[in-house]
Amino acid sequence: MRWLWIDRFVDFQSKRCARAVKNLSLSEDLFADHFPGYPVFPAPLMLEGLAQTGGILVGEANDYKEKVVLAKIVSSRFEREVLAGETLVYDTEILNLRAEGASVAGRIQSLPPGGSLASTPCEMIGEAEIFFAHLDQNRSKQMFGDGNFVFSGELKKVLGLQKLIAKSA
Amino acid sequence: MPTQEEIYQKVSATLVEALNVDEEEIQPGSTLQGDLGAESIDFLDIVFRLERNFGIKIPRGELFPESIFQGDPEFVADGRVTDKGLAELRSKMPFADLKSFESNPKVEHISNLFTVDMITRYIQGKLSGK
Repeated sequence: MRWLWIDRFVDFQSKRCARAVKNLSLSEDLFADHFPGYPVFPAPLMLEGLAQTGGILVGEANDYKEKVVLAKIVSSRFEREVLAGETLVYDTEILNLRAEGASVAGRIQSLPPGGSLASTPCEMIGEAEIFFAHLDQNRSKQMFGDGNFVFSGELKKVLGLQKLIAKSA
Repeated sequence: MPTQEEIYQKVSATLVEALNVDEEEIQPGSTLQGDLGAESIDFLDIVFRLERNFGIKIPRGELFPESIFQGDPEFVADGRVTDKGLAELRSKMPFADLKSFESNPKVEHISNLFTVDMITRYIQGKLSGK
């Protein structure tokens, strides 16, 4: 299984904020077991999607020269369950960015069926504050192995972000 | 300029947010790692929050110096901080209370220097422009 929990970026402002969407299809494997007859998208995977959105934002800020790892979910809060068929919108904003790492504020919303991202108000699903470390820049290297997931330029290529950046530039 | 008590209260509130601990658990002498369960990754989070809450800039390594932890033979020998290492600590962390550490300067005790009081004194010095 590929560990990609966002489908595409819809907005990306370097060093400031990024917005990505994730469409939840009933055909995704996880819904077969979570749960049979009641397809709930697990909250930890929403955090993963939010972290991928914010992680690429942090990685891009230094042109992917730093190894960015998810270090800590400082806080998170969810208002309701999310079911297959919904479209999730992940908004992330950089709160702090420096040589050792970054913190990001994130918001998870659901786009109503048939709604437009540009004009339809989304429904609030949850919020989280996420803390990223630059692996080579501090003692976190002692804590994480090299094999951990890194928010790198590779992921950006898969998502076609490069094109988006080129378009918006 | 806020009083020491006001700074302490704000430092406590910052630690409640960063370490997810109850305010009652925080005492002036509480050590960040031993008593409040901070992990190394939490230190940067604490720095970010202190900067935001007090409107100050904390340069890298100023509040939580790293050099002494790197196993430099000049500073650490046989698991103990050398006289030169102690001098380094005194010069880099004038806001830390080194008295009890100096009597038994084992490297593993260094984390006991990082207390709520230490942060309060650091912020106080920072706000008064020292």
